[in-house]
Amino acid sequence: MSTVLLLLITGLGLGALYFLVASGLSLIYGLMGVLNFAHGSFLTLGAFLGWEVARRMPDGSWLTFGVSILVGAVVGATVATLTELLLIRPLYLRHIEQVLVTVGLSLATVALFEGIWGVDPIYVVGPEWLNDTTDIAGALIPNDRFVLIAAAVIVLLGLVVFLKRTRYGLIIRAGVENRAMVTALGVDVRRAFTLVFAIGGAAAGIGGVLASHYFGYVSPLIGGSLLIFAFIVTVIGGLGSLTGAAIASVVVAVLQQFANFYLGGTGDFMVVALLAVVLLVKPTGLLGSKA
Amino acid sequence: MNAPDPILRVAGLSASIDGQQVVEQVDFEVPATGVTAVLGRNGVGKTSTLKAVLGLISRSGVVEFDGARIDGEPTHRIVQRGIGYVPEDREVFASLTVAENLRLAERGTTPNRGMVDELFPDLIARSAQRAGSLSGGQQQMLSLARVLMNDNRLLMVDEPTKGLAPRIVTEVAAALERAAAVTPVLLVEQNLPVVRRLAHTVVVIEGGRVIHAGPAAELLDDDERTQQLLGVHSTDHGAPRGGTDHGAPKGDTDRSAPTGADESREETP
Amino acid sequence: MTMIRRLRTSPFTPWVIGGLLVGLVAVLPLLDLSLPGVLPGSTYTPGTLQLLAFAMVFAALALSYHLLFGVAGLLSFGHALYFALGAYGLGIVLRDTELALVPAMAVVLLAAIAVAAALGALSLRVSGIAFAMVTLAFAQAGSVLVRRNASVTNGEEGLPLRVDNIPAELVGVLNTRNVYWLALALLVVVFLIVAWFERSRAGHVVAATRENELRVRVLGMTPFRVKLITVVLAGGLAALVGMVYLLLQSGVTPAVTTPDFTLTLLVIVVLGGVGSRWGAVVGGLIYTLLDQRLTALARSEAIQDLPEFLRIPLSEPLFILGTLFILVVVLLPGGLAGVARRTLARADSARARAGRSLDEEATR
Repeated sequence: MSTVLLLLITGLGLGALYFLVASGLSLIYGLMGVLNFAHGSFLTLGAFLGWEVARRMPDGSWLTFGVSILVGAVVGATVATLTELLLIRPLYLRHIEQVLVTVGLSLATVALFEGIWGVDPIYVVGPEWLNDTTDIAGALIPNDRFVLIAAAVIVLLGLVVFLKRTRYGLIIRAGVENRAMVTALGVDVRRAFTLVFAIGGAAAGIGGVLASHYFGYVSPLIGGSLLIFAFIVTVIGGLGSLTGAAIASVVVAVLQQFANFYLGGTGDFMVVALLAVVLLVKPTGLLGSKA
Repeated sequence: MNAPDPILRVAGLSASIDGQQVVEQVDFEVPATGVTAVLGRNGVGKTSTLKAVLGLISRSGVVEFDGARIDGEPTHRIVQRGIGYVPEDREVFASLTVAENLRLAERGTTPNRGMVDELFPDLIARSAQRAGSLSGGQQQMLSLARVLMNDNRLLMVDEPTKGLAPRIVTEVAAALERAAAVTPVLLVEQNLPVVRRLAHTVVVIEGGRVIHAGPAAELLDDDERTQQLLGVHSTDHGAPRGGTDHGAPKGDTDRSAPTGADESREETP
Repeated sequence: MTMIRRLRTSPFTPWVIGGLLVGLVAVLPLLDLSLPGVLPGSTYTPGTLQLLAFAMVFAALALSYHLLFGVAGLLSFGHALYFALGAYGLGIVLRDTELALVPAMAVVLLAAIAVAAALGALSLRVSGIAFAMVTLAFAQAGSVLVRRNASVTNGEEGLPLRVDNIPAELVGVLNTRNVYWLALALLVVVFLIVAWFERSRAGHVVAATRENELRVRVLGMTPFRVKLITVVLAGGLAALVGMVYLLLQSGVTPAVTTPDFTLTLLVIVVLGGVGSRWGAVVGGLIYTLLDQRLTALARSEAIQDLPEFLRIPLSEPLFILGTLFILVVVLLPGGLAGVARRTLARADSARARAGRSLDEEATR
């Protein structure tokens, strides 16, 4: 029982990371039709700069941890905004070229990160409490899981409130459904494009800092490896659906944990198998309307 | 047609979708008052012409709105100049509520709720309902209401009666007639009785080109010419629908306004 | 003048030029040519031949990817899977069985075709960007499979080539030129197969689905089947290329299984010009040479002495290539092939203009 609980909560923690990456990917794809390969780089840069700031501050303090997360969010939002303005916008509505540009950006930035910070993992130190465990019904749960889950829940709630309560949220929801019609009502939808990039970048940047604490290190490849699972999550959840991304994040990560433990480390395969099954049964994903 | 200053002037407009030419060298004008109907058989480029004017598809040629060139502007800018667009198939946002659909369409700081509240009380009562769960007729009303939220200088309405029950067709026509009393309308419509009731000018498109333009009554009174241009008799649609036109119980109250449109029709020499 | 024009417009001209080029490339190992800055040494040295063979293998792989992306318009992020399948498959069969080279290659090719058919049928259920993500997921599963099962694949170390059942002519540094000729033959064969496919009925139909799927369906053809044929052919060719790669490199590492490897192919095809066979070949050759030379440049003193903010980016070949790629996408639609086409067109119209004014003068 305690093992099941540990796997479940660890799965939720990992799912939280997936969601932080996938939420932005899904919104960007849903609104703009762009598959953003550079999203992993937003995450990685957030993680590296979060670490750069943290190492200049007192080790292991909560303030340091909080500041590094904030830095991650700001860095992610900033590079994402610049990416949209400088590279995506000039190729307006040319979806394949937009994808290609993000591919080039991801290759170039990963190489640049390797040049700056080297290829070896850099170990990060967080508040002592993160490395401790909490006893829940006999299961010793590492505390960083709770932080991850809390962060993802806060981001999810923030996104929901933003989407439901603000005019830009309204524009984004409408744009995901029918972008052309939004412009035909006299709305400049391109501003919403920049905004979803910024929001997605911020979520990815937060995810980057948290991922470096979850894995215990940061490396230039950290974003790319999470990105692939985030892609799978967005397809399973339904492209463009935030709720779908949230559900699929949890399903994928929990499945992965259980398969890794009970089925001899086959977690990644089970995830791909799940993807195959979803495609066979419902090609649009759990909550998606367009394939 | 001979009005001194047309609100919309289109000259040599061509447009393509995925590299395929759908509108070819179209010229026409929309007078600053009344309803101008664009007619033509299915798939001749009527909808594409409207989309090309709005820049929703790639186009070339001259489009002038109220004397200013708009053919180089992005869609939202064109709409902000004061064009309300009611697309074919309504295109309401299914996942948004009625109220959200309307809120999204508000362009100015002072939305024009009066007319919407008056024309569509049924819709206002359903504010919290998701637009996707509305009936086809209600969705059409919502699509119309969306543009009437703003003070427009031109409405472009694409097949507003398509696929609707006869009673609803009457309601839609009445609402349009009411709107046309204050704003000029460019209307794409297959239903000839509706055209006859609303329009004072017609433009006929065939194969992406304008093949006829003139007063509506002149064309529709000439059954042979109508048959030749549109492939239907000018009275064909009228027979079955004409009855419901008068029989609709709700229609009577809604049609208190048509005189406005009728008068503007008289004005044309 | 007219003869040149006739040559330019004749459909056979590219083939004649191509044949001459192949002949030239074939005799390179017998010549002593050096191209400082482009090639590391004279053309007969094993190091240079190895690099050129490597470039040709990449060009052949890019051609197989061109079938997917350029011809069928399928944006796949999982093409590395089939290449890796060829390389690892052949390596494992040669290590664990006593099959000779050719039968072993046939076995691996059949396996690759079967895998391509199964995964292709599954991933073609979705289209566009979703197809890209799904192929990426499958390739990632393959990559994990290779890394995790070290007992079969030798994990991160990479799988060395067991040479016992391989003809001696293909083994060893002294025989590099034989492998070089093999790579050239591979490139020619793949080019001819791809060209033949593009001219076949299936090729025409699949190209039509790229433009307008609906119209193909209306004509009574199933887009799904022709796309699947394309995916299987591209997968089979990639596996074949992977096998030659194994022979050339005397082994294979997990790096070729990664999504980044597929992205490299995408970069090559776009660099060369999407939809152009010659573009894919030239893109593959240029990319490989650039990658190699930029790596050498990164280690050179000229770069190492630069201040940090210049040295770091310039010592990362992939950073330069990635940036170059972005610039090509944004500034040069159509890639190198597009540039060539525009240049030729401009030259043509200039000549036509010159010709006309000459004619006018003559009539006067």
